Amino acid sequence: MRPLVTLVARALARMVAMLWLIASVTFLAIRALPGNPVDVWMQEMQGTGLTGDQARDQAARLLKIDVDESLVSQYVGYMRNLLRGDLGDSIILSPGTPVMEMLGVRLAWTLFSVSPALIVGFLIGLYLGSRAAYRRGTWLDRLITNGSALTDSMPPVLIGILLVFYVGVVWELVPIQSLRGAYSSGVQPGFTLDFALSALAHVIMPSMVYVLASVGGWTLMMRGSALGVLKDDYVAQARARGLSERTIRVSFVQRNARLPLVTGFAISMGFVVSGSVLVEEIFVYPGVGQLLADALALRDYTVMQGVVLATTVTVLIATAIADTLYGWLDPRTRTEYE
Amino acid sequence: MSGDVGNHRGNRHGAVRPMRVNTVIRRVGRFAAGWVRRLGFGGMFGLGGLVLLSAASAVGRFLLDPPRTDVEAILHAPSFDHPLGTDFSGRDNLQLLVRGGWDMLELAVVAGFLMSAIAVGVGLLGAFSGGLVDRIVVRLTDVWLTVPRFVLLLVIASLYPVSSTVALAALIAIFGWPYLARQIRAQALSLRSREYVEAARLLQLRTSHILLRYLVPAIAPFVVISTIQAMTQAIYQQVGLAFFGLVPLQDNWGVLFSAAFRQNALYLPSAAWSLLAPVAAICFLQFCLVLTSRSLEELFDPRLRSGK
Repeated sequence: MRPLVTLVARALARMVAMLWLIASVTFLAIRALPGNPVDVWMQEMQGTGLTGDQARDQAARLLKIDVDESLVSQYVGYMRNLLRGDLGDSIILSPGTPVMEMLGVRLAWTLFSVSPALIVGFLIGLYLGSRAAYRRGTWLDRLITNGSALTDSMPPVLIGILLVFYVGVVWELVPIQSLRGAYSSGVQPGFTLDFALSALAHVIMPSMVYVLASVGGWTLMMRGSALGVLKDDYVAQARARGLSERTIRVSFVQRNARLPLVTGFAISMGFVVSGSVLVEEIFVYPGVGQLLADALALRDYTVMQGVVLATTVTVLIATAIADTLYGWLDPRTRTEYE
Repeated sequence: MSGDVGNHRGNRHGAVRPMRVNTVIRRVGRFAAGWVRRLGFGGMFGLGGLVLLSAASAVGRFLLDPPRTDVEAILHAPSFDHPLGTDFSGRDNLQLLVRGGWDMLELAVVAGFLMSAIAVGVGLLGAFSGGLVDRIVVRLTDVWLTVPRFVLLLVIASLYPVSSTVALAALIAIFGWPYLARQIRAQALSLRSREYVEAARLLQLRTSHILLRYLVPAIAPFVVISTIQAMTQAIYQQVGLAFFGLVPLQDNWGVLFSAAFRQNALYLPSAAWSLLAPVAAICFLQFCLVLTSRSLEELFDPRLRSGK
């Protein structure tokens, strides 16, 4: 049982370390650097007629740290709050609401729209990539590779805009105006069929953007990886044994070629959650991305900080899952951690 | 001179001119054909597109008048006067595009070079020092790779607004290097264990000599490719930053399209040109960069080439 325990302990230690790092960076950016926004904000409050003490009290109340103390003790206080799960209160977006509360629902919507799309994009990419590798040099390969290169190089926000424009506005395939938000306005959230259908209808377009944005990269990576595997001796040996092409493709080539991609999967999780900032803005989808966009526009520092930390946690969890998955998919790595 | 075809009519002196032109054309043709063969159609298309874009934005800046607002011509469809239509304040979309191209390319090139420089430095440092330094480099790269960098970049860029292209490029570079650094490190590691490098080491040649004469030429292609890839990343990031108004530039394509987006151009078919023109331009630029880097990859990597 020891290896598993060490494995989990190591993964946890890494997660904690990264979280601490990101938390420190955000603290540094928001509170500690010269000309930091909290100082600026307190000055602005004084400009609106508050006394220095009142401004400081308000800042202390919302940030949950004493802004008069030394930076070190502010840092300690901030970290203690984090450990308690207290991210401070929103300053401007909805003054006084705990950031944690705002994040919960938003994060759920983002994950609901991103996660399935990410998996679908990954699977399609694996399929197209191995297809292209098998047909190397043919028109199919060229079509798949160049198409992937094109979508891969397009920022997701542009894909979103093109999708809304053509599918929603020019061809009018979907009623894009009524598909804003996460569910229709008349529907009550809850475990009802209406709500589920409405949420599904609203999630399709943003999800499609995530699929389109991620599928190209996977296809190219899978093609490269499969080309490498196809040259390996065991594939030639399998052919020599007279195994069917299908068996070779599924059990030999795909099985080995997808391995290096699994680690990339976790990284892409972070990329897509980041990309959701822009996509959610286009579809007016109430996820963390839109929350960040609002916070950026109104300069709500505690919310910004909360979004950064929440996305970090999401990415870390995804990484941990991908690592575990990798160990499961590739038996060779299991023995590596003695 | 072998080019004796063409308008050869007996008069030697009269024929010299057309003959020369023919020869030149033929040599240029042969040269181009060689490069088309080596780079492939995609590579030529990409490279040609890049040259076209840079030339157009470099020259066009001086040839075209600065775009004027014109209340008479708000959101016009393409016409002879305005080949790409006009935007929400009556400015000519084509003029805006040509002027914005320079900002776009400048930022992409500066950020790309900075990003590539950091990536090459970090990657080579890890690969060639080995041991503890390498472990630190790898861990640092991995951490920076996993972090949601774009979100962080947005927050930092909004908290500490930058005012110059170079500062913005530096910011983008700091957030963009880890993926490339990992690639460079892997390449350097595999080069380090090649036979000719081992041989040079056995001959006890100086490290600086090995680096400069053996490794730099071998790694140069990857640096070129990684710089191009860094540019695509920089464009990617600056489009995102522009979408939130965090880019200090005026005519940048990202700024143009987000301005059009904010004017709700998406839902007004008549306004679509001011939105789609910059979008198409960004996509074209990205596609050219990607095609170029992909064809260079095939050109430099014998393993990929041999299968053809």
